[in-house]
Amino acid sequence: MCRTVDLRQAVLAKNTMAAGILRTELTARGTTVVNLLSSPGSGKTALLERELQLCRERGLATAALTADLATENDATRLARSGVPVKQVLTDGLCHLEADMLAGHLHDWLPDPTRLLFVENVGNLVCPASYDLGESLRVVLASVTEGEDKPLKYPAAFGLAQLVIVTKSDLAGPAAFDEAAFRAHVERVNPGVEVVLTSVRTGEGAGVLVDRALAAADGERVHAPVMARAGA
Amino acid sequence: MHEMSVALSVVDQVEQAARPQGAHGVRRVAVEIGELAGVVPDALAFCFELACAGTRLEGAELVTRSVPGRAHCTPCGRGWDTGMPPDMICAVCRAGATELLTGRELRITEVHWSAAPTAPGPAPVPQSEES
Repeated sequence: MCRTVDLRQAVLAKNTMAAGILRTELTARGTTVVNLLSSPGSGKTALLERELQLCRERGLATAALTADLATENDATRLARSGVPVKQVLTDGLCHLEADMLAGHLHDWLPDPTRLLFVENVGNLVCPASYDLGESLRVVLASVTEGEDKPLKYPAAFGLAQLVIVTKSDLAGPAAFDEAAFRAHVERVNPGVEVVLTSVRTGEGAGVLVDRALAAADGERVHAPVMARAGA
Repeated sequence: MHEMSVALSVVDQVEQAARPQGAHGVRRVAVEIGELAGVVPDALAFCFELACAGTRLEGAELVTRSVPGRAHCTPCGRGWDTGMPPDMICAVCRAGATELLTGRELRITEVHWSAAPTAPGPAPVPQSEES
């Protein structure tokens, strides 16, 4: 005998639940997670190097976890800031999941840690679907990637709570159309803040840390339309 | 491509639901995929077949239903299809005070399975039962 069962289960429910538990646990420890997403080569690590340095100078208890398919290069770079850094090798997996992150934080995350920056695997598709228990999700795009990046990767940009444009010093040579980029971001994620940064000129220095601290202090973070879906 | 992770989650959840209900084999799994969920139905179908191997879902068919993105503007009450790439700005108000009604679904809706034979037959012959 066969029968049809009405299951009605969200496929990513397990991850969403794990992320919720992690967020609650970390909040209780006074730790706020910032999830950084971008395509490979957009300058996540360079920006984070600068921001971690600023955290150190401000005396903020900060840590960073960076995920890559292979090599410990990013951790080596980030560790120069002097803050605790952990490299996660995903062995080919294209994204981090909440229970993976929880496993890596166990026995490592220093106490106290006010801000934990998680540099996700360089990929604008898969990481967008996985909540990591973050309180601030940031998407980065460099000026050399084209103004239509937000339209090509609508889930990544649509779910962002802060959009950071990197390498703004190259905007001229790359003929970057800032107005078009902003319009494309606005189309998929109305109201989200877009910040221009350059680690060479210092433009936008400290903005990431400031927004992370605001989220840590319980200030209202942008709620993307796409995240308000009842799916 | 995270469709393999998604496929493994589907198989895992169906297995967990099937076990206590004494399901013998799973024939069909229906999944709703929103236009803005970031999952490619064909890629998921390919991964699903691989993920089912060696489980009670082996040979099961995956039926996907696409759900269009649909947004709503609260101030003016207008509703529209977001399209792809999605347009979340209300054409009347030119504001983004919208809600996304549908389009982010990634949900198992139905599972069609066959129950294990209850009566201990004299000589159990493995055969598939038809509904």
